[in-house]
Formats: sequence, structure tokens, C-alpha cells
Amino acid sequence: MTGPLRLGVALGSAVIAGAVLAAPALAADAALLASTCTGCHTTSARITTAIPRIAGLPEVVLAEAMRAFRTGQRPATVMDRIAKGFTDDEIQQLAAYFSSRR
Amino acid sequence: MRTGAHGRRRFLGLAAAALVAPLLPRPARAQAGARIVVVGGGFAGATCARSLRRADPGLDVTLVEPNPTFTACPFSNAVLAGLRDLRDQRFGYQALVAEGIRVVHAAATAVDPRGRQVRLADGTALPYERLVVAPGIDFRWEAIPGYGEAAAQQMPHAWKAGEQTLLLRRQLEAMPDGGLVVMAVPANPYRCPPGPYERASLIAHYLKTTKPRSKLLVLDAKDSFSKQPLFTAAWGQLYPGLLEWVPLSHGGRVIAVDPATHTVSTDFERYRAAVANIIPPQRAGRIAEAAGVADRTGWCPINPVTFESRLQPNIHVLGDAALAGAMPKSAFAANAQAKVCAAAVLTLLRGGTPPDPVLVNTCYSLVAPDYAISVAGVYRPKAGQLADVEGAGGTSPLQAPQEVRSLEARYAEAWFRTITDDVFG
Repeated sequence: MTGPLRLGVALGSAVIAGAVLAAPALAADAALLASTCTGCHTTSARITTAIPRIAGLPEVVLAEAMRAFRTGQRPATVMDRIAKGFTDDEIQQLAAYFSSRR
Repeated sequence: MRTGAHGRRRFLGLAAAALVAPLLPRPARAQAGARIVVVGGGFAGATCARSLRRADPGLDVTLVEPNPTFTACPFSNAVLAGLRDLRDQRFGYQALVAEGIRVVHAAATAVDPRGRQVRLADGTALPYERLVVAPGIDFRWEAIPGYGEAAAQQMPHAWKAGEQTLLLRRQLEAMPDGGLVVMAVPANPYRCPPGPYERASLIAHYLKTTKPRSKLLVLDAKDSFSKQPLFTAAWGQLYPGLLEWVPLSHGGRVIAVDPATHTVSTDFERYRAAVANIIPPQRAGRIAEAAGVADRTGWCPINPVTFESRLQPNIHVLGDAALAGAMPKSAFAANAQAKVCAAAVLTLLRGGTPPDPVLVNTCYSLVAPDYAISVAGVYRPKAGQLADVEGAGGTSPLQAPQEVRSLEARYAEAWFRTITDDVFG
């Protein structure tokens, strides 16, 4: 059971990697974009902190929050300053990425 | 024995690759068992080693770090002020070892970029396909006359956390009320731009609460600094008359020290300090020069997409050692750069072209317990440098209620827990 499953996962990631090389595609770029967020927003089950966990939240909630931070509609300490650095497309990619995480 | 384990892992990596390879578009396959050596086990190096291994367990990743445990600099200023235990700053490498990273506790002494080998102090040679250099900083001991490694035992720098932090803490504790504490702060660039001012704030907090007749003099080799309006406002509010900042234009640059008499000299004055904290000018960790990746400034120019050295192919430089354009020398930046670099190394090993990254930095500074301020930035490659994204980033507002300062202090602590778990947990 584990054998085929593992192979399937390996193939899945390999196919994604292949697609990236053909033309920069969503998955790998999204992971790259998201890698800078996880310095504050943990994706680990080991810890809980005062900084909100965003992994597993609905995509629409995350995207809407980022857009509201960007316009200043949603109060923030630091996310208003950070959200202004991302495009609509990047916000959508980040939202999709984090919502797909556990 | 080590070679055996090494060989077995590579064999497994090859076997797995062989099983999958025929079904893949050829360039998608990482070079099976590619050897990556990472020099330096701090926020940058440990993150990079871990990210590489997680992204491709077939990679042969070796982390070279002399210290058996890592002592984190962020929050070490709270240790100086007696607000935190140094033990909370220490992290081991067990989790990295468990993930299949070979951790070698030795000093890297030389690099042969042509032969693609790192040499360790005991003579061992580590061959690599890609080398990641993340050695942090070393001090320019010659820069302030009178200040060398021996003088640092009398006048601690405490700019690498550990014994130096404890030494400065003991000196502050031993000082009688009414003593003069002198800090010397270098010109840019150096590790953690707002760090000296956080330190000044927390030392001032310690003095205010335990030795209120004392004074802290901050002698600075520059006229402006990170989060300056916020620090200045907080100092006026919290530490009036206790903390005095002397900028370059008012004779703030320290030109000599005498550890025997605890004297700190500027162009205009000589100060007899009860406690002297001398933060000397810095450069990239020594191995950067040995590897030929440091330029005349002592720091390492890099490609902003891959973090590959501008001076040596197949060598990447991360963290404090790198000249990363607008990105500051911070633990947050080191961690973010390391993840981008790991992804780029994998793509390069597969023969691909790494995409442009977007990087974030956030730095919190405590000015008192329960009172923190922050600076953030978003960076993209532009004209060969990592440049600030215009309109993004900046500091905490100058006017803000205490709840905001308090919340930022909680977030500072949360960031530290998250990043140290991300790197070492």
C-alpha cells in the first residue's frame, strides 16, 4: 500500500516540477512565494503562537484578508505594510497555497 | 563507517530516482545524489540544509558547523537585561540529523572553487556540486585601536550570542548604582541594524528599574539609524536623562579603547566606563574570504534570484555575509533567503531557470518589556539587486496606543518561537 502511494506522490510532485520548467506554473511559484511567510506563520503542528495560523483557512478568506490589509480596510500591526508588496495574482496564489496546507 | 552510511543513502537515492526516472520529462529530475555542502549552521545555513533535504530526500546534504549547539542572537538583548535566560536562546541540530542531513561539527578552513571541495580543520575534504556559504559575521579586530579578542574579555561585544552575552550581563549586574555604561555602535553595514538600539533600550530599562542613578551613553559612528523616530520617542518617554545618544556629527565615533583603564575615546572626549560594550565593525565570516566570495568590502555580492556568488560559480552566499541589496542582515531575512536559495539550487541541479522570488523581512525590537516596534520590507530582484518594493514596508506608526506596542511585543516572541521551530524544531 505504502509503495504505490509513495510512488504516486513522487510522480505527482515530479509532474508539477516538469510543468514548472516548461512554463513557470502555479504550484512551484506558490511554494516559493509562501516560503517567506512561514518565518512568522507556522505550518508546524508542534507549536501555537500569538501569530494567527493561516494554513488550512479557506482560500477566499485568506485572499480577502490580504486585499483588505493592502487597502488598509482591515487593521493590522504589520500585515498592512507587507500586503502592499504583493500583486492580486500573487495574493491568489498564496491564498490557494495556504488553504491547501493542513 | 561514516562513508558506509553515506554510500548507502546515495544508493537509495539513486534507486528511487531510477524507479521514477523513465516516466519523467528529463530535466525535471534532480541530479541524483547531488552533493550539497552548507557551511554555517545559523538561521541561514540550517534553514537551507533543511529546505534542500525536505524538497529532495535524494540529495546528499552536509552541514558544517563548529558549534554543537546554536545560540540565537534575536532576543539576546533581553538576556542582557535579565528578562530572559540564555538557555532559551540555544538550539541543537538533532532534528536536522533525524531528517538525514549529515551534520559535521568542525570548522571549514578552505574552499577550492575549481576542484569543488571544502576543506575542514582536520584535513577532511568534502566534495560538492553546489556549496552554500552562510558563515554570519566576523569582527574587524583591527578597526578600533586597542580593541581585539583579548580586549573583548574586558569590554564585551556580545554581538555573537553566548558567553559574551553572559559576560556583559555579569558586568551590568556587578556595576554599582550610579555607574556609566558606554556602548560603541559601528557604521553600516553590520548584523541586525536596529539591534544596538534595542540593546540600549533594554539596558536602560535594567538601569531604570535597578540602578536608577546610572547613565547609558550610546556612541554612534553614524547620524541616523533604523526605526530612529520610534526609538527616540520611546527613549524620551521611558528613559529621559538616563540614555544619551551621541551621533557621528557630535563626536560619536569611537576611535580607540583602553581595556586596562576601561577608557573609550572619541575625537573629542575620553570616557571612563564602568561597563563598556564595544560593537566593532564587521565583515562576512572568515570562510567567505577563503572561498573567494567576499569582495573588497569584506561582504559577498550575490545574484538576487539564486543567491549564487557574483565572484565564484556554484557557490551561494546567504544571510549576514551576503550583500543582499535592500534586505537587512537579520535572522528573518536569512531564513527567507535560505528557502529561496534552496529552491533555486534544486532548479539549477535540474537544469532549469529559477523564477524571480519575492522576499519579506520583518524585524521586531523591544524597547521595554511589553513594548515593541517593528520594521518590515518586501523585496524583489531589480537591476541585479534585491530592491524594496515601493509603497510596501516601513515601520510601526509613530503614534500608536500601548495596546499596539504590547501586541507587537507578543508577535515578536511568537516570531522567535516560529522561526526557531522552523529551523531547528
